[in-house]
This record gives sequence, structure tokens and C-alpha cells, in this order.
Amino acid sequence: MSSATRSRTAATLGDRRMADLRADFPLLGRATGPAALVYLDSAATAQKPRAVLAAMDQFYEARNGAISRGVHRLSAEATAAYEAARARVARFVGADADEIVFTRGTTEAINLVAASFARPRLGDGDEIVVTELEHHSNFVPWQLVCEERGAKLVMAPISESGEIDPEAIERLLNSRTRLVAVAHISNTLGTVLPVAEIAARCRARGIPLLVDGAQSVPHRPVDVRGLGCDFFAFSAHKLYGPTGIGALYGRRELLAAMPPWQSGGGMIRTVAVEGTTFDDPPRRFEAGTPAAAEAIGLAAAIDYVESVGWRAIADHEAELLAAAIDGLRLIPGVRILGTPRERSGVVSFVLDGVHAHDLGTVLDHQGIAVRAGHHCTQPLHRRLGLVASVRASFALYNTLEEVERLHSGVRAARDLFAR
Amino acid sequence: MSDLQALYQELLLDHYRKPRNFGALALPTGRAEGHNPLCGDRVVVEVSVADERLVDVAFRGSGCAISTAAASLMSEATKGRPLAEVRELAERFRGALTSEPAGAGETLGKLDALLGVRAYPMRVKCATLAWHALESAIAKGERGGLVSTE
Repeated sequence: MSSATRSRTAATLGDRRMADLRADFPLLGRATGPAALVYLDSAATAQKPRAVLAAMDQFYEARNGAISRGVHRLSAEATAAYEAARARVARFVGADADEIVFTRGTTEAINLVAASFARPRLGDGDEIVVTELEHHSNFVPWQLVCEERGAKLVMAPISESGEIDPEAIERLLNSRTRLVAVAHISNTLGTVLPVAEIAARCRARGIPLLVDGAQSVPHRPVDVRGLGCDFFAFSAHKLYGPTGIGALYGRRELLAAMPPWQSGGGMIRTVAVEGTTFDDPPRRFEAGTPAAAEAIGLAAAIDYVESVGWRAIADHEAELLAAAIDGLRLIPGVRILGTPRERSGVVSFVLDGVHAHDLGTVLDHQGIAVRAGHHCTQPLHRRLGLVASVRASFALYNTLEEVERLHSGVRAARDLFAR
Repeated sequence: MSDLQALYQELLLDHYRKPRNFGALALPTGRAEGHNPLCGDRVVVEVSVADERLVDVAFRGSGCAISTAAASLMSEATKGRPLAEVRELAERFRGALTSEPAGAGETLGKLDALLGVRAYPMRVKCATLAWHALESAIAKGERGGLVSTE
């Protein structure tokens, strides 16, 4: 398939196009037990197109060598490919290549900022602001560094609809606020946070903002300068790329002032018994031999997504999500979590009298893979008075037929438990 | 859906909807809490032990059908029995869930209702959660401490 046929901007991906795209993902063809797989757990991890797998294979088969560690041809080619991947990621989020640090994923990117940016700046009585809907990975690292430094972790409340009001965040900002950290899109409610407005309010007070983009990059184009954030973290594996790689965007001035957080090979300038000097960002933050094949896989995933086209992806996924919500609302006993005006990618719900875990098992039995549990958002579930929920999440390869299978699956669970 | 009906059989659903020995004991000699970090479920088991016998047992918490029914069936199966028998039953129950079906004729009584879980490896922990908490509650009985049994 040529990129010309892929980059369509039609309102929706037609049936034929959809079938073409599904064929790009080898795993989607497998069955689970007697039923064809309905994969509605892409917010946890997305399936991978052949283009990503092929790019990684091609690297190992033709160019594998240690990055920045040799004078031989393979090392040079591998280094060039790795740095080209970095440049691709930078272009993807509207940054410069020296502002992109490769990490193992969103979690490690946030831990990097907690360790290298927040920790040295946090003192007794200082504050970090997060929201009630954060994934544990954008909550626990801040909680730990606050505990360590005698600082306070402040929670910005969600509204009844499951949204975050920028004013509610602004009210929490004061002279002791050292950082604000928010999700771009809630992994549980699907709420799209008004990140640019939050960023403007933080910037007016000189407070840095970190955005957890794990759930946004698969669904919409991101421009870190347009958003106005200081840090932006995301993972490849939710973006149809490999596991074990992700990226941190950090504003150049901030990265330049940050000390290393891990040390070893590849991140030094000179090492002597008397002391060590460190490389400039981003390599300062990439100790050890990097995950080169994975970085190349991430770049291939970005190429793939952009070749399909954001408009086509957004329209298709919005149609799936709307159909999913409409159908779920018709099932007696179903309660959908949150009513945000702008929702993307996921819908979470509970079914009266059927625990989320049981519902997940009944759906799995019908070949439908959903997330059942707290989705790593225990504070949010507690706030909603729940222990667990079921989440269906959508990707560019899902179909309306699969949405209908979700609905009939939930009905079957209700019937099973009502007998 | 027949396999599912084997998992969620009548007896199990009955214990899910009307859990037996649900609540707290007036004078527990031991208590322990079990957590399933996967789903956030928790169960608190309280025991009253005297003369090496489980005189009384109660549980509370929020959980799925399997973990709730497992706790309820456990309480029925163990209440009033000598501790040695309780421990042996716990061992046999866990063994039955994690290994091949027992030989013909061997039965765990009503606990057999939970053996459908064998086909769902991700759910085995739901069925064993209360048993771990029960054993911890008995073990910590002297001190009456709150123990997480993750």
C-alpha cells in the first residue's frame, strides 16, 4: 500500500479501507477459543502493524551495532538510524531533536523528571499539583519524591462530569508550587484535559508543567510548543510501536540544567578518578546501551500513524466511541463513568450486580478483550465510589461490528448473572 | 456459554448474592486483610479460635462473584472445625485449583463449585484470596494484627 492511498482525509475510513488497515496487524487475525478476537484494550497496549515489526527486523538483520561506541560501519549506521528515530519523534511532537530523551516509556520519563528535575528543587513545605484522575504513573513518582523531600502533593479535583477545570488548578497554585503534572487524556474516563489553558495559567506564574501524553499520542497530533508544556511524556507501545521505549520531551533550558539521574556508559564526556563530566542532553539522560531497535520501531509506528492520517483516525475513532456509548446506554444496569464534553479513546462503565472482574471474564469468554479493574487509577475509582470498572478502548483498527459484539457481550453477562 | 455456566454455577451465584458469615465477629481473636492488586478487591477475614478449633469465622469486603462466593463457601466449610482440618482443607483447595483435576471420587464438597476457575488462570487468585487471609488471621490470632496477604 502506498502512502498516497493511505493519507486520505475522507470523513471516515470506509469499509474497504478498514479491512486494509486490519490486514496490517497480524495479531488481529487470531482467534481466542471459538470466537474471533475483538481487541478493545488498545489503551493498555496497542497491536503492532507489520511495518513496525519489519523496521525492527530490518535493523537487526542489516544494521545492528552499538550506538555511539565504535568506529566501524555498523556502529555508525546504527547510530545514524537511532538519531534519525530521535529526529522523527521530535518532529512528531513539534520539538527539536536535542529536546527528546528516549526512555523505557511514559513511566520512566515521569520518574526521570521526578528524580532529576523535581527532587533538587523540592524543599520542606513545597508543593506539586496533580489531578484526581491521574494514572498511578503520574501520581506515585510525585508522591514518593514529595515524601522524601517533606513536600506536599496537592490534588486538583475532578468535576461531577469527570473534567478538570483549569481554574480549579489555578486556585491551587501558590509561591510554593514547584511543578504541575496532568494527563493529556484520562486513561479511565477518556476526558481530554484543557492542557493549553492549564499551561497558560502555569506559565503566567512561572510554574513548570508536565503532561502525561500516554493516552493522547495514539489519537491526536501533539505540538508541545502549541500546548505550552515544559515536559511531555509518552510510550511507543500504545502508539502501535514496540514495548520498552518511549520519550520525554523537555524544554531545552530545563533539560540543560538537570543533573543525570542514572549513570554509566554513553552519557559521559570524561571519566577520571577525580570526577566525571557528563554529556549534554539528551544523551546525559540515556545511560547504557540504548534500545535502538525499539527507537526505530517507534519511528516506524509514527510513520504508520501519520500515513493513515490524523483526520481519518480521529473521525473513525469518534464514530466507534459514540456508537459504543450509545449502545451501552441502552443496556439496563450499565452506568458509564464520566460525562466529559470531549472524550477520546476510552469508555469505562460498570454493570449493576456484576463485578467488573466477572464482566471481564464473561466478555473474554466471547473473545472480547477489555480492561477490568482499576486501570491504575485507584484514587479516581475511590473518588467515584468504585473499586473497579470495565474499560473498552478503541484504536484505528477497530470496527463498528466489534462495538456491537461488545454490546451483545455485556447483555450476555447481564443475562448470565440474572438467571 | 455453557463453559461459563460451569464457572458461574447456581451455587456460586447464590453465595455471591447472599454471602454467608458476612460481617464482623464480636470478639475476634485474629483478623487479616487480603488484597488483589489486579482489581483492587479486598477481603477482611476475622476468626475466633479456641482450643485449636476455628469456633467462628466472618468476612467482609468488596469483591467479584468468585472471590465473594469463595469466601462465603470457605466460611461454611471451615466454621467449627479443628485448625488442623482447616489447614488441610486450605491446602487441598489450593492444590485442586492449580493442578489437574483430582482423582475420581475425590471431592471437596461444596467447594467443588469453585473448580471451574481452573480454566481461567487470571481468576485463580480471586478464589484463593480469602483462604490466604483466613490462614493469616489464624496465624496472627494471638496478636490480632491486621495483615496484608498480597
